[in-house]
Amino acid sequence: MWEYTDKVRDHFFNPRNVGEIEEADGVGEVGSLACGDALKLMFKLDENGRIAEAKFKTFGCASAIATSSVLTELIKGKTLEEALNVTNKDIADYLGGLPEQKMHCSVMGREALEAAVANYRTGGQEKHELEGKIVCTCFGVTEEEIVRVVRENNLTTVEQVTNYCKAGGGCGGCHGEIEKLIAQVQGEKIKAPPAPAPPKGKKLTNIQKIQLVQQTINEQIRPALRAHGGNIELIDVEGDKVIVAFRGMCAQCKLAEFTMKDVVEAKLREFVSDDLYVEEDGDSAQEEHQHRE
Amino acid sequence: MNTIYFDNNATTKVAEEVFEAMRPYLCDLYGNPSSMHTFGGQVGIKVREARQRVADLLGCDPGEVIFTSCGTESDSAAIHGTLVAVPHKHKVITTRVEHPAVLAVCRELESHGYTVIELGVDKQGRLDLGELEDQLDDDTALVTIMSANNETGVIFPIEEIAERVTDRGITFHTDAVQIVGKVPLNLSKSRINLLSLSGHKLHAPKGVGVLYVKKGTRIAPFLLGGHQEGGRRAGTENVPGIVGLGQACKLAAEGMEDENTRVKALRDKLERGILKSCPDSRVNGDVEHRLPNTTNISFEYIEGEAILLLLDRYGICASSGSACTSGSLEPSHVLRAMGVPFTAAHGSIRFSLSRYNTEQEVDLTIEKMPEIITRLRELSPFVTT
Repeated sequence: MWEYTDKVRDHFFNPRNVGEIEEADGVGEVGSLACGDALKLMFKLDENGRIAEAKFKTFGCASAIATSSVLTELIKGKTLEEALNVTNKDIADYLGGLPEQKMHCSVMGREALEAAVANYRTGGQEKHELEGKIVCTCFGVTEEEIVRVVRENNLTTVEQVTNYCKAGGGCGGCHGEIEKLIAQVQGEKIKAPPAPAPPKGKKLTNIQKIQLVQQTINEQIRPALRAHGGNIELIDVEGDKVIVAFRGMCAQCKLAEFTMKDVVEAKLREFVSDDLYVEEDGDSAQEEHQHRE
Repeated sequence: MNTIYFDNNATTKVAEEVFEAMRPYLCDLYGNPSSMHTFGGQVGIKVREARQRVADLLGCDPGEVIFTSCGTESDSAAIHGTLVAVPHKHKVITTRVEHPAVLAVCRELESHGYTVIELGVDKQGRLDLGELEDQLDDDTALVTIMSANNETGVIFPIEEIAERVTDRGITFHTDAVQIVGKVPLNLSKSRINLLSLSGHKLHAPKGVGVLYVKKGTRIAPFLLGGHQEGGRRAGTENVPGIVGLGQACKLAAEGMEDENTRVKALRDKLERGILKSCPDSRVNGDVEHRLPNTTNISFEYIEGEAILLLLDRYGICASSGSACTSGSLEPSHVLRAMGVPFTAAHGSIRFSLSRYNTEQEVDLTIEKMPEIITRLRELSPFVTT
């Protein structure tokens, strides 16, 4: 059971400003059914450019509903500039805190607000578009969003980033990139990434190379695929060519090509040797679910 | 407010009779069953009696019953104990829908050089036995497949699986914590080698479990340092827990028919009532081969944790496969393996009943459910009103 504050419970059981506004000035929609939470925020301005009315609809857990409710309360009466100064931390503070794993709910509130303001400023043209490079492909989180939650909440670990914006909460393939972004934001505060990379660069014997490839698949790659119900098997190593077979969900997955290059090859190059390249085993690609003897 | 407890697959109430049976072995008869004196020895007799009661429920010999501390320990012991006993084999077969007590152990094995095959399930949560057959080979040390799924209640054809697996000389283990006490078993006639059960799922206390080991099964001891449990699981016996489990097994045997008639009828009534009054709801899993006490229902466009909290206000206890309840960001691995769409997986609720539930409780839940669902749907941006 989550430990929710009385404020969270109050705003969940008695949410304020639920519904839609006809002829709203700004509408912001973020999240999706697949992600497990989604928020549609609408506002109407008065003649002085202040938010006269704000309403929301939310799909999600108790904290998602409570943060949406609080957001509408916080922005009412504010100008758009003032409203945009509301941070996810303000929302969480107003509620007397949120469980760490639920902080992403407060971030979703702020994102919906930005989307709604952008929608207003472009005269209804602008839907919420993700800006910049997508770092977490599982939850569609961009570099910009990650940098922002790290900066605003002074985050120092990947786990925290996952709690705040979901990035890294799926397959885990982007953990390295998130670490780099944290290091970038925190500057010198964070030293060398903790991942215990085996010493690379020295000449490997064939046996050592194969062992290191197997170890990298076991420790770095398989857990990421597992998270999606897939699996990978090392078939052979010929010189710099690593032959693998995908199993389970990965065998049928349309993203297999992407996974091959972006996850498998990148990890093997990072941990074993820059010269490696990966190919999918021809036989097993046609025969899903067949275990190779 | 009265508690309406529909979360019996998570844990159960300790039966009054069980508690009464345990009581003397806490403060008064605290002797060690291994002692030479009468004071301890009389406790040994009670442990023997409890072992017989467990054996009676399972339809096996008391010598095949090893007491452990919980179902998870039994699972770990079965898997590791088997692999140690057949060191030349390096393949383990399991399913994608196992409880973490099995799945996490198997996945850990991969980093020790084992090949682990996780069999998939279809949309109803059923296995393809042909796929299992194809995977059995000379390198396979162990097949471990649950008897019934904790989330959906779907029952696997475990006897048939056991035959196919043991025909090849491979050890077969089943995590049976959800099925024991709900469906009759007769292990003396079965080909199952190893079976795990957990006391607190059948109205015994937490902290006691059993690993059934069929005579002749190769398994290494898993706790060393004493002669208890035939030297296979050392450690002074949890006497009150064991006595309680014995009593619980006796009650389960006596209540088996009630479970499959009255409790099943209550479950069916609850399920029908909810499906009828809540639009866009559906049952997850094979309804034909299912535990008599479990139903897993998905409500589209709304989220499980929110449903649970609103149920909680009426004292109704259930659980959810939604991501938010677990603290992870992804919904239940069982529902995902079954291909349940995200829309429905996030809004899944499991009700699991027991013999202590009443018709009034079912009626009250059927009455409250539509208002909870409507309320959350009014909040949902995916529902147009």
